[in-house]
This record gives sequence, structure tokens and C-alpha cells, in this order.
Amino acid sequence: MRATSIIYRKELASYLRSPVGYLIAAAMLLVCGLLFQSQALGQEGKLSAEVLSEFFRYCSGCTIGAAIALSVRLIAEERQQHTIVLLNTSPVRDAEIVAGKFLAALTFLAFIVLASFYMPMLIKVNGKITMSQVLVGYLGLILLGGAVLSIGLFASALAKQHLVAAAVALVLIVVLLQLYPLGLKLDEPLSGVLQDLDLWHKHFGLGFMKGILNLRDVVYYVAVSYFFLLLATKTLEAKRWR
Amino acid sequence: MIRADNVCKYYGDKRALGPVSFEISDGETVGFLGLNGAGKTTALRIFACDLRPSQGSVIVGDIDAVKNPHEVRKRIGYLPEHPPLYQDMEVEEYLAYAGKLRQMSKSQIAERMPAVLEATDLKDVRGEIISTLSHGYRQRVGVGQAIIHEPMLLILDEPTRGLDPVQIVEMRNMIQNLKDNHTVLVSSHILTEISETCDRLLVLGNGEVLASGSEADLANKMQGTSRTMVAVKPASESNNEEVAKALREIDSVTSVSIGGSEEGATLFEVLSSGEVRAEVCRAMVGGGHAVLQLARNHRELENIFLKLVKKGATTDASN
Repeated sequence: MRATSIIYRKELASYLRSPVGYLIAAAMLLVCGLLFQSQALGQEGKLSAEVLSEFFRYCSGCTIGAAIALSVRLIAEERQQHTIVLLNTSPVRDAEIVAGKFLAALTFLAFIVLASFYMPMLIKVNGKITMSQVLVGYLGLILLGGAVLSIGLFASALAKQHLVAAAVALVLIVVLLQLYPLGLKLDEPLSGVLQDLDLWHKHFGLGFMKGILNLRDVVYYVAVSYFFLLLATKTLEAKRWR
Repeated sequence: MIRADNVCKYYGDKRALGPVSFEISDGETVGFLGLNGAGKTTALRIFACDLRPSQGSVIVGDIDAVKNPHEVRKRIGYLPEHPPLYQDMEVEEYLAYAGKLRQMSKSQIAERMPAVLEATDLKDVRGEIISTLSHGYRQRVGVGQAIIHEPMLLILDEPTRGLDPVQIVEMRNMIQNLKDNHTVLVSSHILTEISETCDRLLVLGNGEVLASGSEADLANKMQGTSRTMVAVKPASESNNEEVAKALREIDSVTSVSIGGSEEGATLFEVLSSGEVRAEVCRAMVGGGHAVLQLARNHRELENIFLKLVKKGATTDASN
């Protein structure tokens, strides 16, 4: 656990001092703000709960993009810059490396996501939504972000270069995002299984986005994160000491 | 004690190293010498627990590196060909991070840091961002991360690679100083660097150890002759012939010839069946002659190396 904490602090500090971290944050907040203004608020009159739901829809897209951008460099960059050797030849377990990097990226992503908090507050000031709706939405964003980060981290553990890692992560995420629409076209029981495995529609779109908190959705995102972090750890293990 | 026993490394069907077996005593400085692709980096990476050998065992201290790599990693410091530096970190911050990864506490790092900055001559740049440093300084930071935790075994893979002549001398001096506290493995294809820094050489070629021993041992094995150059200003009442005679009287000297003159001194080439520099010095000073220069022939090791590599290549081809 000590190594996890050492790597966590080093990674978080590197986000805070590198321009890349700020660029990702600025880009996400800019796109999120524009979408909030032009799409979520829109021209025609809407219920404030609908506006909030729309905000979380667009914000989730931005969160996925930011999570991919943050995660694909995590291990691939270490390989590119040869710094992975320092980790590989230190008495540090692969699970500790993965956990430290994941938690640092999740913390930074949570900062970025929470920086958009003023937008739902504008809706609350001018409309009728509850604080719990807002908090559930943000919990969903962070859980979704964590799942995407873990997928990106796995892709980063596989690849030697950022771009390859980004391409692998993008393919995995697009596949996971298409399971729900694909499931709708199939018969049971496959239909239900695919819909349940979808990364966004069932668990975020029908749950967190609407301010509904289901334990099932929380468990799903935690399980996805755990699964891909485990894959990332096993990938590192396979590449490290062979 | 470090011991490699029948160590092999294969990448697919391709043999990169081995089988090689050798022992390195505590406090010894051993140079891995070989051409590119000879297996030097592979051997060092195996010792650094960065690569797992395909077969054989590696013992560092009393610990089996294959069975217990984490325990060995605590005891080694490794500078790879490309120093593992985080460009956005400050020098001292980076060294502290490397120490923490090697399980050092904050107080241990604070206590050790001045000695590391001193040994690597990084005091003046301790607060600089690594990306702003010259190549020579970056290499020193690389050495710093390798010694921060006072490892018993220090592994340096081509530490003078890409350095200018002044930096090479500084790096060589740094390695000389590190010899006091660590067992050191250095790889290089720069022959003079290896001969001046190391107690013993392991010549690698085609993944195998072609020869092992000191420069003099290798010279004796290969040609049975050691060549020493000595520049002497004869005592006022003596001439060159008397100096040559005194040199011939030394045991194991087989031949003495005059190789020219330099700054008023005569350059003698002394061929012997073993190392005779100490005896030469004693004989000259005892006879009242001034010794201005005494060195093994610089080209000797180069010749040995080329012969060994050629021999290795011939053996390999005949197999």
C-alpha cells in the first residue's frame, strides 16, 4: 500500500504541473459548458429535471473523452520515456503501480468533473431540482469515469505508444457503448445480458442521469473498473518479468 | 557474492545470452566488454531483475533472483542505457521518489541525500527540472537514483554513452569513487574505460563469455606477453643502454627495445610474461633514473579484445 501511495502522489503532482492536465481539464469544461448552453438549456421551455438530465448526458460524454485522454498515457508514456525500468527494477508490485496510477487519474478526473458543478447549480437556482438528483448524477459521472479510466489504463498497459493505447481504448469503449442498442435487436436471454453489460445506456442513461440511484448500477461500474484494472495488472506482470 | 549459473536468455527461438556462468566477489568491479549485440545489456538486465532468465540461476547475496526478485531488487541499483528520468521532476524530488520506491523512509532519504548529491556532483542543480539539464548531468542523476538506497550491487549499462570527453572523465572518476562502497558491474564497448575502471573483465561475444580476468591475465592468455611503455630520463652518468640492461634484469621481462623519445626522455618498450610495472618503477628509481611515464600499452587491450572477439566469431562459425 505504501508504494501505491508514493505512485499516487507522484502521478497527481505530475498532472498538476503538466500543461497536458490543464489542457484536458480546459477542453472538457469548455465543451461541457458549450453543450450545456446550446443543447441542455436549448431554446424551447423544458422542465428543470429534463435540463439536468440533458446536462448529465453531455457531461458524461465529456467525462468519457477526458478519462480516455488521461488514462492512455499512464503506462505507455513510461515505456516511451524508458521510466518503466525504474518501476520494474524497484521492489514494487504491479498491482500497486496500477492502483497508484488509477487513483491519481480518478482524483484528477473528479476535480475536473466537479469543476462543472456551477452548471447544475444554475439550474437549481432557476428551477426545481433536488440536491440529491445533482449528487447522484455526479456520483454516476465519477463511477463512469473510473470505469473508462480502467479501460484506458488496460489499453495503456498493452501498448507502447499513446496513440495505439488511445485507439485500443476507443474501440473497447465504443463496443461497450453499443451493447445496449445491439441487445435491443436480439432475443432473450442474450438481449438482457448485452443490455446489462452496456457501459452507458442502462446504468447511466436510465439511472444516474435521471437522478436515480440503484445499487446495481454502482456495482456494475465498480465491477467493470475492477475487471479492467485486474487485466492491466496481469498485462504488466506478463510484460515485466519475462 | 554474485553468481550466475548456466544462465540463458532466449527471445523466441533466438538466443540472446548464454549459457554463461561466472562469479563476482563482494566489492569487485567487473566490466562487461563486448560488441553491440554481444549480450551485455541482456546479462545486466537479468542481474537487475528486469529480465527473467530462460534457464539457469542468478544468486545475489544469498538470494535467488529468479525465485525472489523483489528481495534482490531491494539490493541492486540499476542505471540502464537510457536513464529512467521523469523530465518534469526536479533533481532532488526525483532522487527522493526513487528512494521511496526502494522502501526508504523520509528520514533515511533526508540523511542519505547529501551524500548522493556529493557523490554525483549534483549539489548545484538539486532544484533544477531534469529536462533542463545537459546530457552529462542527466546521466549523473541516473547514477544518483541507482545509489540512493546504498545497494550492495550497482549495475551501470554503458554509463559514458553519449558523453563528451570531459564528461567521460568525470563519470569514470565517479565510478572509481563508487567502487569503495558497492560491487559494481559496468558494461561498455569503450575499451580504455573498462580497463581503467574495472578490476576484472568479462568479454562477451555471441551471448557467451569468451574470456574473463584482468587486463594482464587476458593479455597473457592471448599472447603470453604484456607490453609496458616507460619513459625514462637516465641518471646523469648513465646512458640508454644501461637503462635497458636494468630493465632486462627484471624477472619475466623477455625483451626491451627503444620506442623513441619524448620531452627529453627515452621511451622503452618492455615485453614481459606478466605484469611488471611495479618492478620497472623500482628498478628505475633504484638506479637513480627519472621515470616520467609508465603505462601499459594503450593499444594492448584493444588488440586482446579484437583477438577474443575474432576467436569467438570463428568458434561460433565452426560450430
